[in-house]
Amino acid sequence: MSRERNGTPEGCALVTGGSRGIGAAVARGLAEDGWTVAINYRSDSDGAAAVAKEIADAGGTATLVEGDVRDADALNEAFTSLESEHGPVLILVNNAGIRDDGLSPQLGDDAWERVVDTNLSAAFRMTRRALRPMLRARYGRIVNVASIVGPRANAGQANYAASKAGLIGMTRTVAVEVARRNVTVNAVAPGLVETKFTEDLNGDSLGEIPARRAGTPEEVAACIRFLASPEASYVTGTTLTVDGGLSA
Amino acid sequence: MTTKAETGNVEKVIFEGLEEVGAEPNDISREAEFEALDVDSLDLVELAQIVEDEFGVRLEGDDLKGLTTVGQVIDLVVKKAE
Repeated sequence: MSRERNGTPEGCALVTGGSRGIGAAVARGLAEDGWTVAINYRSDSDGAAAVAKEIADAGGTATLVEGDVRDADALNEAFTSLESEHGPVLILVNNAGIRDDGLSPQLGDDAWERVVDTNLSAAFRMTRRALRPMLRARYGRIVNVASIVGPRANAGQANYAASKAGLIGMTRTVAVEVARRNVTVNAVAPGLVETKFTEDLNGDSLGEIPARRAGTPEEVAACIRFLASPEASYVTGTTLTVDGGLSA
Repeated sequence: MTTKAETGNVEKVIFEGLEEVGAEPNDISREAEFEALDVDSLDLVELAQIVEDEFGVRLEGDDLKGLTTVGQVIDLVVKKAE
């Protein structure tokens, strides 16, 4: 049985890139909080189905939304169908993200565009699509999954850093625009987190982290869950760093 | 499941929408200017969503630019619905 949603209006939550890692942990957490969760995924249908099954087995409700976040038309249709079945999307977690690393002199236009389109431009389009119904509902929570790379340097990730720094800037400005309608927009900035996304990075950088370990998807999801909760109503435009002290 | 947009019901929906975004009911009329009603750009975005939900007419950012009175918006919605 899911928890009460604390008087929030009828609606649902949408997590992009929800088939694994941080996105999957967020989807599970929001379902525990009583939300019907739409899990967006691009290619990992098995992963997404497994997350949905876990949620259903725990007594929650999940639905799958296949599609590349860069495909604006498909996502627009997905929103419309979610709205008719589950009510407005009142929680949007822009989590889908990719990397395509290379030192700047060798970083091609394609790698630049793909990363910026997916991590930043798609998040903006999702945000724009979600906002009007949220404004009307007088309730909304948008959480953007940024990174400590952006505010901090990481050689080989100029495209990724630009996209994540952009996401943080977008978060601040959109937050200010809609704050008086009880719609909050925040970001989390994870450091090194143990997921498939970072499996090729682990190892030598652990020594630099004050916590002396990588974070878990659940530790990041807990922060997103808080920012998405009714209790976080006076937190907006901020970026919560979740990095074991790395950028302290 | 949207309603057909005709001047009478568009006016009704927009008047109610203006109340919803905080305009003083007694000040709302076709001639009223948004500025005098204290209706700002975010309120207009919300009004656009109300119109879309009700009539299926989508107002984009540029559509509302330069419109200053309630009547102008009502006429635009009716025109776009044709």
